[in-house]
Amino acid sequence: MTELASGSTSQRELASESTSQRNTESITVTVNGHAYTADCEPRVTLADFLRHTCGLTGTHLGCEHGVCGACTILVDGRSARACLMLAVQADGATITTVEGLAAGNALNPLQEAFWDNHGLQCGFCTPGMLMTATELLADNPDPDAVEVRECLSGNLCRCTGYDSIVRSVLDAAQRMRS
Amino acid sequence: MKPPAVRYARAGDVREAVALLAEHGSDAKVLAGGQSLVPLMSFRLARPSILVDINRIGGLDRIEQDNGSLLIGAMARQRDVELSDVAAAAVPLLPQALRYVGHVTIRNRGTVGGSLAHADPAAELPAVVTALGGELVLEGPGGTRSVAAEDFFTGTFTTVMAPDEVLVGVRLPRLPDRTGVAVEELARRHGDFAIVGVVAAVHLADDGTVDLVRLAASGVDSVPVRLHAAEAALSGTRPTADVLEAAAATVDASIHPADDVHAPASYRRHVARLLVQRALGAAVERSGVER
Repeated sequence: MTELASGSTSQRELASESTSQRNTESITVTVNGHAYTADCEPRVTLADFLRHTCGLTGTHLGCEHGVCGACTILVDGRSARACLMLAVQADGATITTVEGLAAGNALNPLQEAFWDNHGLQCGFCTPGMLMTATELLADNPDPDAVEVRECLSGNLCRCTGYDSIVRSVLDAAQRMRS
Repeated sequence: MKPPAVRYARAGDVREAVALLAEHGSDAKVLAGGQSLVPLMSFRLARPSILVDINRIGGLDRIEQDNGSLLIGAMARQRDVELSDVAAAAVPLLPQALRYVGHVTIRNRGTVGGSLAHADPAAELPAVVTALGGELVLEGPGGTRSVAAEDFFTGTFTTVMAPDEVLVGVRLPRLPDRTGVAVEELARRHGDFAIVGVVAAVHLADDGTVDLVRLAASGVDSVPVRLHAAEAALSGTRPTADVLEAAAATVDASIHPADDVHAPASYRRHVARLLVQRALGAAVERSGVER
């Protein structure tokens, strides 16, 4: 602040540095079927892009360093942690977030199974749980409880003790098979 | 917990990536899967001025057999290697070890090259490449060079790579048919970095003696450690329980674990010896099976 106030030279340097540091990229991502095009600083994570630029706040940020799994989304059909991807890396990608699961107000079978089996309490981890389980059930329509637990081991829940989440995923698998 | 301001360049090919690195020096950082680099930036432990993104370079994600070895491009995703029939047929140790790397979601993005270049001494892939005597292929302004795994890792998070070199791939020798492989790890939780990890491959000759053994440990030094003395103790023998125990007893002199928040060095020594014995036993048991 002192430099800004005291001299035009340092002010110019600061300005030029911030210009070079803050170069933006124009990116386009398709999220839940809608194309979003925006200018984006390289430092912006995909999670923040989804939340702030696309307004899709269903993707939750817990730890912001790839441990809690709350921000899990699908990028080109595969699960990814949105806090560990820069938005500029997703240019051209097709993304599914938790908002893309339900058809309007109609929950999909996985969401319904979470509802019926008390697969959530506070709901903070739920978007990540749902997206991780979505990938699991696409790859393995008939998982056993051990496989479900292994798959969800990267998603932290502080409420449920996990049993009801595992039950929800197993129930969803059964519903989706029948 | 947000990455600091950084510039971004998307390299179209390896030469362009090398040129960008040469231009920006050690301030530049290669961005592969980002599963280590992005959190390090969020913690401000890494503050590169520019990221050189190599994700869009064509051909860097190949997984192929070539002249008795398995060639894996630096940008091959860990999950793709884990599920690759080509990789499993040539080096069955790879899919086994990869299952211990983070979680599926991490492996979907994480790359083989990224893990090797990041050089975490507790990581699985550096241990596998070290055990098998793999070669890392680097490209810099002067051309391409290959570095043996044991010469590549120089310390925690450090390698022999110059700031203007890009890791483009790794070459692993194909394991003979009927080689038994095993991975043993001690970690606090599923998906965590190992406190100690051991990877092993054993092949038996027709007379039942060991004619190939590859063994390395992670989490026991600032680099992954090939356990040459234990290999020598097993080589040429019939792998009875006594022989396995004697091989495991050599481990103590091969490793230099440190005390840290996760475990004291003495505990790591104890666990390393135990896991070597288990991994060798499992590898012997699984050898001889046609794959």
